[in-house]
Amino acid sequence: MIVQALAFYLFAIMTVAAAVMVVSARNPVHSVLFLILAFFNSAALFVLLGAEFLAMILVVVYVGAVAVLFMFVVMMLDISFAELREGFLQYLPLGGIIGLILLLELAIVLGGFVFSPEASEHFAAPIPKGGAVSNTEALGEIIYTNYVYFFEAAGMILLVAMIGAIVLTHRTRSGVHKQRISDQINRRPEDTVEVKDVPTGSGI
Amino acid sequence: MNDLLLQYLPILIFLGIAIGLAAVILIASLVIVNQHPDAEKLDAYECGFPAFEDARIKFDVRFYLVAILFIIFDLEVAFLFPWAVSLGTIGLFGFWSMVLFLGILTIGFIYEWKKGALEWE
Repeated sequence: MIVQALAFYLFAIMTVAAAVMVVSARNPVHSVLFLILAFFNSAALFVLLGAEFLAMILVVVYVGAVAVLFMFVVMMLDISFAELREGFLQYLPLGGIIGLILLLELAIVLGGFVFSPEASEHFAAPIPKGGAVSNTEALGEIIYTNYVYFFEAAGMILLVAMIGAIVLTHRTRSGVHKQRISDQINRRPEDTVEVKDVPTGSGI
Repeated sequence: MNDLLLQYLPILIFLGIAIGLAAVILIASLVIVNQHPDAEKLDAYECGFPAFEDARIKFDVRFYLVAILFIIFDLEVAFLFPWAVSLGTIGLFGFWSMVLFLGILTIGFIYEWKKGALEWE
């Protein structure tokens, strides 16, 4: 139990410290690397909560894919970063207000448990009582049956994202010679080769 | 709950060993080795020129497209894991709900294939 508490505080402190470094690091690439550290620590916190599947998805999807995307964006920006720094104080009030709103929302959620302690009994547990199935199995048993509409909606959202990304970024280039394998295979000798009977000494 | 966390204990121990080892190596190299700092030691030496410009250059936006498509199919695969684990209990309905989900994404896949988004040149 003491190890669990120590691990929680270690990962929580590291998450917060990495998040602070994300916004305060001078080099945006370092910011992305600190973001990856924050993702890993959040995954560890999910494991401590018993939400194994979410933790692994956080590592696979966020660290493996989203962080790569952020890296591309940071690389593609190609702007003067000293210039970017200058706006920091300018945006501070707006960012502070948003942070304050989030803090108030957290306070409302936590305050709800103070006013009605019985509410915590209705938490969505990582596994059903009894512990016969693992977290992933418990999720699988409800996602595809009880929450089928949300599941298909997730599919539609992914479809929209896919088509949107293609429409926004894909352009066909002119003057590109592509290899068409079917055309190559369908080419017959009769189409291209001509045998001419040339008498000796007469030329073509 | 605690059984579950007990399975993760080796990872925590390895994490501790890794952090400890990294700290020991860094501190030992600071303490044991003679330090003669010199600006010339940090120069590019016989291995090319000093950098002409910033390493961050504009990438082609197509890298971005590939990364986005990768994320989408990554998420699709992520949804397959709990489905595969619990396929025995969710029955035919669960099976066909996943087939419908895969069908929706296959429409997008055919679209991007036909559009040529998977081809580089």
